[in-house]
Amino acid sequence: MKFAQSPVSKVPGKAQTGIIGLDQITRGGLPRGRTTLLVGGPGSGKTILALQFLVRGARDGDEPGIFVAFEEASKRIVANAEGFGWQLAELRRKKLFFLDAQPLPDLIQSGSFDLGGLLAALEVKTGEMKARRIVFDALDVVLELLPEPVQKRREMYRLHEWLLARGLTGVVTLRAGGDEASAIGNQRFGFMQFMVDCAVILNHSVVHGISQRNLRVQKYRGSGFDEDEAPFVIGKSGLEVAVARTPLRLDATVTNERISSGVKRLDTMLGGGYYRGASVLITGSPGTAKTTLAAAFAEAACRRGERTLFVSFDSDCSEVIRNLASVGMQLARYVKNGSLRMISARTITGSAEAYVVRIKTLAREHGARCLVIDPLSKWPKSGNDMTAQNVAERLSDWSKANGTTLVCTRLLEEMSSRSEDGSPLQISSLVDTWIHLSYLVQAGERNRGLSIIKSRGTAHSNQVRELILNNAGVTLTDTYTAAGEVLMGTLRWEKESAERVANDASDVAGKLKRVRLDADEAELEVRLKSLQTELVAKQVEKALLTRTTESRERELSRGRTRMKELRGADAAISRRK
Amino acid sequence: MSRHPIFKFRLYIADHAQNSAEAIANLNALCRAHLPDRHEIEIVDVLREPKRALVDGIFLTPTLVKFAPSPARRIIGTLSQSQPVLLALGLGPTTA
Repeated sequence: MKFAQSPVSKVPGKAQTGIIGLDQITRGGLPRGRTTLLVGGPGSGKTILALQFLVRGARDGDEPGIFVAFEEASKRIVANAEGFGWQLAELRRKKLFFLDAQPLPDLIQSGSFDLGGLLAALEVKTGEMKARRIVFDALDVVLELLPEPVQKRREMYRLHEWLLARGLTGVVTLRAGGDEASAIGNQRFGFMQFMVDCAVILNHSVVHGISQRNLRVQKYRGSGFDEDEAPFVIGKSGLEVAVARTPLRLDATVTNERISSGVKRLDTMLGGGYYRGASVLITGSPGTAKTTLAAAFAEAACRRGERTLFVSFDSDCSEVIRNLASVGMQLARYVKNGSLRMISARTITGSAEAYVVRIKTLAREHGARCLVIDPLSKWPKSGNDMTAQNVAERLSDWSKANGTTLVCTRLLEEMSSRSEDGSPLQISSLVDTWIHLSYLVQAGERNRGLSIIKSRGTAHSNQVRELILNNAGVTLTDTYTAAGEVLMGTLRWEKESAERVANDASDVAGKLKRVRLDADEAELEVRLKSLQTELVAKQVEKALLTRTTESRERELSRGRTRMKELRGADAAISRRK
Repeated sequence: MSRHPIFKFRLYIADHAQNSAEAIANLNALCRAHLPDRHEIEIVDVLREPKRALVDGIFLTPTLVKFAPSPARRIIGTLSQSQPVLLALGLGPTTA
């Protein structure tokens, strides 16, 4: 197992447990050199928690540890922990020692006794292996043998003093009654709870038939801690504690990278696609193609070569693949080449917490960059509502911190849409992009409409688009909006075709008019030409007239002169007379 | 004395703890009363020989181990209640 997952850095004075979440709740681990008490009912995970604490110390903290087993034989504990991949066999050679201290069943007791022998033996062993951590598992088993409460108290005190004197970080587990009430109000070992520096209470309960594990840090001297109950699961590599609020969470790396939603026009509507690492919520009534839209995203991711995890809560993986093939999505080949991993969440059982841990583990194993959960609405059904909400929140946080893009679908019942505000899974405020799919019933048809309710940090279209599914895939078209009315499907087609016809008619009318105008123009031009010709003729005529007049006048005046001349002769003649 | 085997005991104690002292006293008294001249007692102080406690798996003190005659038996405590101790050692009223 890789302990690198624990995001909490080492804190002086604290001994890391290596348990995801617990180190955060305790702000760094259990008190170093002090004693921590773990109280819990049967099967609450005390032994595993304690052992994991030792493994962490032995493997990564260079703090060898001793496990004192009062209840279960160490052989069985080791066998049980085999599945966690802690490599106990290797650790046991040097850094981890199991001491079997179970009282034999045929043990006869007469009179008082104490833990002197045990502490003497441990003294030797701690010196030999330089142990720094020590676990006393099910100390109550041996304390039970002591008849008097005073003696029990004395032995607890003795043990505590011994640990303190040696500066060992101790974990003492105590079995409490099976039910919650006695685990918390347990008076038998109340003394111990007051004595130790840190106390953690483990609970294992069943709510509506679903197993639910919680732990709570009851006290922690000299340190702040998260006081609330935190759900946890026993996962593949040990305990994992969920932390509702993670004050030490590393800031998510924010990127401006956009990735395709798998639907071209939707990308355009979102101004380029989803942000990488964003949480996207697709809501809608049954059958509004939520799964298809989510799958389009998965397909697009696979096409880019990004590893993707698709978690289906509704149906079987093969069913999902078949159904999506009908809209032109060939997911099978991506499953084959390994880029797509499909998980039917029906195979996961347990609390909502178990789901989130399982999904996180699967995503980690697969190296998923994109994660699809279809649908998220199934979660509240497993475990209590409060946990389910936290789970969604944490999943979103987790995917952000990892840069994993998360697409969740969520069923919105039409009937309950009004009470939606009070719904247990208020993740709508957590998501970055919220796409809502709805039906529009008009003229005997149901058509799918898509709108973007919100999309943080991206300019996005305010238009409702019609979502069309056919065997070529998913497309979005503009809806026909006219006079405040949104038309889809056949109505949209009718309107559009009516509009086309009207357009054609007006086109023709326009052409006709143009032709007419052309004719008018031609006519006018002809008339213009003839008039111009006439004008020229008139001008010529006028010029001619002028010239004739002038020449006549000239002729006339010349004539008169000549006549004068001639008349002069006349006069001369007359003068001669 | 072949009919009566020799009882071999080992008593693990923790230094001068009060219960250890009581156990020694009680064992001696018991042997004197029931096993005169046919008992051997070895006393191991786990604080002085902690390795023996570790190897022998003795974690509670005082612990009395009877090796012989078989079967071996372990009794923890001060041995203050003699009846159950005698029964456990096979020294019930019938054999006494």
